[in-house]
Amino acid sequence: MERDTHFILGVYDDEDVLLHAVEKVRGSGVKIHEVYSPYPVHGLEHVLGYKRSKLPIAAFLFGMLGTSLALTMQLYMMRFDWPMIIGGKDFAAFPDFVPVSFEMTVLLAAFGMVGVFLITSNLKPWAQPRIFDVRSTDDKHIMAIDLANNSSLDLDKITEILNESGATEVNKKSFE
Amino acid sequence: MQVTSSVRQPLVTGGKTYHDVTHDVCRQVEGKPSKLWFLAFLTAVSVLGLGSIAILATLWEGIGMWGLNKTVGWAWDITNFVWWVGIGHAGTLISAVLLLFRQKWRTSINRAAEAMTIFAVICAAMFPVIHMGRPWLGAYWALPLPNTYGSLWVNFNSPLLWDVFAISTYFSVSLVFWYIGLIPDFATIRDRATGLRKIIYGALSLGWDGAAKTWMRYESVSLILAGLATPLVLSVHTIVSFDFATSVIPGWHTTIFPPYFVAGAIFSGFAMVLTLMIITRKVYKLEDYITIGHIELMNIVIIITGSIVGIAYITEFFIAWYSGVEAEQYAFINRATGPYWWAYWSMMTCNVISPQLFWIKKIRTSIVATFALSIVVNIGMWFERFVIIVTSLHRDYLPSSWAMFYPTWADVGVYLFTFGLFFTAFFLFAKFFPVINMAEVKSVLKSSSEKAHK
Repeated sequence: MERDTHFILGVYDDEDVLLHAVEKVRGSGVKIHEVYSPYPVHGLEHVLGYKRSKLPIAAFLFGMLGTSLALTMQLYMMRFDWPMIIGGKDFAAFPDFVPVSFEMTVLLAAFGMVGVFLITSNLKPWAQPRIFDVRSTDDKHIMAIDLANNSSLDLDKITEILNESGATEVNKKSFE
Repeated sequence: MQVTSSVRQPLVTGGKTYHDVTHDVCRQVEGKPSKLWFLAFLTAVSVLGLGSIAILATLWEGIGMWGLNKTVGWAWDITNFVWWVGIGHAGTLISAVLLLFRQKWRTSINRAAEAMTIFAVICAAMFPVIHMGRPWLGAYWALPLPNTYGSLWVNFNSPLLWDVFAISTYFSVSLVFWYIGLIPDFATIRDRATGLRKIIYGALSLGWDGAAKTWMRYESVSLILAGLATPLVLSVHTIVSFDFATSVIPGWHTTIFPPYFVAGAIFSGFAMVLTLMIITRKVYKLEDYITIGHIELMNIVIIITGSIVGIAYITEFFIAWYSGVEAEQYAFINRATGPYWWAYWSMMTCNVISPQLFWIKKIRTSIVATFALSIVVNIGMWFERFVIIVTSLHRDYLPSSWAMFYPTWADVGVYLFTFGLFFTAFFLFAKFFPVINMAEVKSVLKSSSEKAHK
């Protein structure tokens, strides 16, 4: 049986107000569930205390995999499986293998990284996201606070903190 | 804090708010298509239909339907291929290279330019696929697939094979880059919609919710994709130029080709972006997003790349003379004064002289002049490829085998088919997809709207 979850939402108009608000709210000991924005706000991940994304590492590893696969494939086919003299070149004509190896590196790095991104961010066509406020994809920044995680503070206190931090509205939202 | 420069022009005019951006872009997707759209779409589909007759004829009868002969074995097919691929380059340049250089003005044109890239690359790919004659067997000729001849593998020493890998990687990475950018905007449309539209755009948006953590990863992915796409786009036209440069044909066998082709690609691509964007901004009333400032900046890119192309033409001529190789010298004299002199001088006029008009501020900030010159540039760039390909081949080593190339109706029809395909796809995109990247425009709005300058 799933428990109902109750959230309190701070609505912000301006990205600079939001950045300071996140600092203030976290400073008052309130745990923020997540902030939803219509566009990427620079510095938001720092004030929320998120660690840097490890996606570049995934891209690098997939890229290396692409290079090795491409080189192995070309070497196997051209040098070992069916060697042929083409224009008097070496069977293992490495300079000629550069373009395909480069393209395979880029291909695997891009697809691997994007794949990891979609999986870690739970992005899929049948996903049913929890929408706190539809304006969060239009023109408002929504700060969601999970009441279950802030049981030491009462509702009025959180509302007061949000209002003080510059929220234009403070709303409640519950999910079944 | 936002720092705004008092010197720079605002990127978005008309004092738009965040909600205005959403409204102005979603309006096209949500409203009924206009009569003008239907007219344009039906025209494109008719051209596509007419062109497909030529495709069917070519597949049925074989590529003998084209005007090729034993001297000129490559002509319109490869000309059109290189032309379309070149056009595609502008989209990646705008979205990837300008992102790395932190050029904020790219935000309002990158979506449509990337769409143009994808459709142009599809059109380009039509030519190598159709010229195989039996494209349904093409996978065995183009890809290293195990087969019953050994396996007898594809030849990794051949630049044509490199092209297969370059073009398919370029297409798929561009498509992914474009789609990643579309996800947040699909979510915006989803949250405004009801009924069927909500379901469709909900699925397309992959359940995007705009969480700060997802945005952080999104930014990371965009940056790395831009970093990957930048060398990729340079490699693609470099490899296309290898199709010629690694051969021993006088006129093709030159080391200048890779940078010269890349500059030419960006040149023609920006011209096509301008052609499309000038119409789109007018029809969709997006003058506040795609401003005269944007048009001027793109025209400046055209002056630079056009001048690089001009210098490349002159360098080629100089090196042909300086090399002392008679065959090389003849190939170039023949280009300028031989039976295809008109093609050569059309290329010179359209590509070297006409973009120099953009030095005059009045011309580069005039919409009518820009529109006209953008079409002139694309005609010139088509002639460039035609000149390089046909004039280098038609008078080869034995004067007894010299010949001329005349296109047949099938050559024209296949080219028309790709135009139909390109515009059908572009009109569908313009109706059903947000033509401007709303999220990115919003992210630069505060620092660069007119309001910020007051």
